[in-house]
Amino acid sequence: MNSVPAIELKNITKTFGRIVANKNVHLSVNKGEILSVLGENGSGKTTLMNMISGIYYPDEGEIFIDGKEVVIRSPKDAYEHKIGMIHQHFKLVDVFSATENIILGLEDEKKYDLKAAKKKVKEIGDRYGFIIDPDKKIYEMSVSEKQTVEIIRVLYRGADILILDEPTAVLTPQETGRLFEVLRNMKKDGKSIIIITHKLHEVLEISDRVSVLRKGEYIGTLITAETNESELTEMMVGKKISLNISRDEPKNPTDRLFVSGINCVSREGVPLLSDVSFTVKSGEIFGIAGIAGSGQRELLESIAGLQKVNAGRIDYIDPNTGEKENLCDKTPMQIREMGVRLSFVPEDRLGMGLVGNMSIIDNMLLRSYRKGKSVFLKRKEPKNLADEIIKQLEVVTPSANTPVRRLSGGNVQKVLVGREIASSPTVLMAAYPVRGLDINSSYLIYNLLNEQKQRGVAVMFVGEDLDVLLELCDRILVLCGGKVSGIVDARSATKEEIGLLMTKVSKDEGADNER
Amino acid sequence: MNDNVKNQVHEPLIRVRKRYTMRWYKSWAVRVAAVILALLICALVIVLLTGYNPIDVYKAMIEGNFGNARKMWNTFQELAFLLCISLAVTPAFKMRFWNIGAEGQTLIGGLASAACMIYLADKLPLPVYYLVIIAASILAGMIWSLIPAFFKAKFNTNETLFTLMMNYVAMQLVSFCIVYWENPKDSNTVGVINRKTHAGWLPTIADNKYLLNILIVAALTVAMFVYLKYSKHGYEISVVGESENTAKYIGINVKKVIIRTMALSGALCGIAGLLLVAGTDHTINTTTVGGMGFTAIMVSWLAKFNPIVMTLTSFILVFLDRGASEIATRFKLNESMSDMLTGIILFFIIGCEFFINYKINVRKSRKEEK
Repeated sequence: MNSVPAIELKNITKTFGRIVANKNVHLSVNKGEILSVLGENGSGKTTLMNMISGIYYPDEGEIFIDGKEVVIRSPKDAYEHKIGMIHQHFKLVDVFSATENIILGLEDEKKYDLKAAKKKVKEIGDRYGFIIDPDKKIYEMSVSEKQTVEIIRVLYRGADILILDEPTAVLTPQETGRLFEVLRNMKKDGKSIIIITHKLHEVLEISDRVSVLRKGEYIGTLITAETNESELTEMMVGKKISLNISRDEPKNPTDRLFVSGINCVSREGVPLLSDVSFTVKSGEIFGIAGIAGSGQRELLESIAGLQKVNAGRIDYIDPNTGEKENLCDKTPMQIREMGVRLSFVPEDRLGMGLVGNMSIIDNMLLRSYRKGKSVFLKRKEPKNLADEIIKQLEVVTPSANTPVRRLSGGNVQKVLVGREIASSPTVLMAAYPVRGLDINSSYLIYNLLNEQKQRGVAVMFVGEDLDVLLELCDRILVLCGGKVSGIVDARSATKEEIGLLMTKVSKDEGADNER
Repeated sequence: MNDNVKNQVHEPLIRVRKRYTMRWYKSWAVRVAAVILALLICALVIVLLTGYNPIDVYKAMIEGNFGNARKMWNTFQELAFLLCISLAVTPAFKMRFWNIGAEGQTLIGGLASAACMIYLADKLPLPVYYLVIIAASILAGMIWSLIPAFFKAKFNTNETLFTLMMNYVAMQLVSFCIVYWENPKDSNTVGVINRKTHAGWLPTIADNKYLLNILIVAALTVAMFVYLKYSKHGYEISVVGESENTAKYIGINVKKVIIRTMALSGALCGIAGLLLVAGTDHTINTTTVGGMGFTAIMVSWLAKFNPIVMTLTSFILVFLDRGASEIATRFKLNESMSDMLTGIILFFIIGCEFFINYKINVRKSRKEEK
């Protein structure tokens, strides 16, 4: 290589307490190149990028820009070195327009000139093929539009090195395609781009080279054209694992849950769910897909008795008596008292499913503390349950008395899922149960869900990874803007089909199902 | 050339990092070190500003608290009151309900006892008379805390402002009653209630007028510890305090828990008021509680809501306060001097928690690294 890399990291190490987030990591990106940083969740990708963008400071190691050693102490320093980061969670002011957000916080000597700024925004947009309306307010924008604003904001500040943290996590397949188009244009213009991701096919599609991290350690860098999916997986995970999820045919499915025509509105009167109807059967995994925020959470919370339902019915069919019971307008307590064994693994594990500051044992107590007439707690049974879950699900923890917030994401999830399954449910709802988990933990969760399915539980699974949904589920309901845009057979549907339903580009719902 | 570049780049001099955990004996070592350091700094301040021997000053502080039997009982008495009100605010704070109205709740409890003592003397059989006084004090404290709790549960009003305002209402009510009950005329005080008959005065144990209060508060401390740690109610309080969403998810009726817990909090304040008025002062004025309703918040937080540890934190605060006024009189220093010393000591005690939770990295010189 004759040219000097645009940015180069050498021997970067960063620790948080006892946890080593990055250890001796090397990385380099040339001008006009796209580098993927690949790794499972928790492998230290984001920490590494945060050190380049001035949010963290490395314990050891050096950073070189254009061959010169630099020190990046703050995001401001990063901008001075022409480094811009697009975070996974956008940092925009909702009531401002795109342009206002873009120039927000800029400290030039020039006076505030919105017109000139708008012109420049348009220029940047045209140059790289962004579609953007500079006057549109952020709250009116879709997720992908917001992302566009974030990217332009970084370019506006003259960034030559762009870091994108999981940019496709919130996008539909179509939007992802458009984003990649823009990235390729930027590359042609000589920009250096780093993409953090854990999606293999995207790595192969967009990047020139791939750097792989595993558990904070630098594994190596490959030229994308010379590698393939299985080699990258092996580097990422450390050992070869089969990526197949088993899927049995549902055994004598019977109807377990009827949802008919439910409507929910937010406190501000915005519709969250409109006219949602479907039936979930016992012994099947019923997937729910959709762009983030399409009503998935509200749907599950309506069934769990946490979301006020304005119209419609939710009927539970008791597997023993065959009687129908309406769950609408019931509190979670009342639902439990009716004898409905409904388990719910919510999206927000530490903020809803568990109490972060409490020990594993006390978190087991959440579901069972009411038992018995005594005014005092009995910690014996929960302790046994905690020990059992730790043993069976291989939870890594110093003890059952450790506060759950000290555990890693995967272990937190094992504790939560373990507790929810322990009450032998008849309906199990899980919202994004593998988010933030490494591959091994994810497969453990899939296996647990499959086990429940075989026991005749009606499993509802809200997921974001379409590949997983298609492999794991029996049927998939697609939500779009709080409405059901289709229910497809997961054995025959394709990713593109679901992608289209997610954005409701499909003209004739259900017509494609046969294909 | 290379060295040149290195001179230009600087790692930040000091970086603060969150600590993972610290062994209990290490954290207590930090705390003890903080107290020693505070005493040394105080000594320096004493010498520089007054020229007194700091050892004498510290001795005076200890003597102010334990110099003789009367002083010692007084210390325990104050400790008991402060601890009682701290116990009252603890369940609310544990639930993350910012009850800063303990001052008013205690005062209104005291006002209720005073009113019963004045109006019902000789009108009821003695046991009933006492029961009414006790019940009225508890009820008054409860009502004072339930009003903000109800509005919080029903309309999600801001409990901080609400409970604070209730303090002033209680104070004004007491002012009003003082005018009404004035005795003797034009003294602008209530005077000692039932001075001759001692009607409604809480009994003394073994001729010690402090012992009853101390025993009651000791029992309450243990009860509160058990309630918070081992009862189902205590568990619900923790869950609601840690995460309201989790509480709802698990089916806890959050409104009910808020109201129930605040009723308990107010009832304990009512008991504190009862002990103050019927048990000790036998009179009432607007400063009967004397800011303990606010100090109690500090006691509770410093002890991280553990009632047993609270005996220690309230002791520290009472000790400093009494010691400070002792040195103020003995050395003819004004109050500000002793307040300064109290301030320095508290600063170190509270400040050392930072070093328990965080670790500080100072820039290493580059050569050392290589």
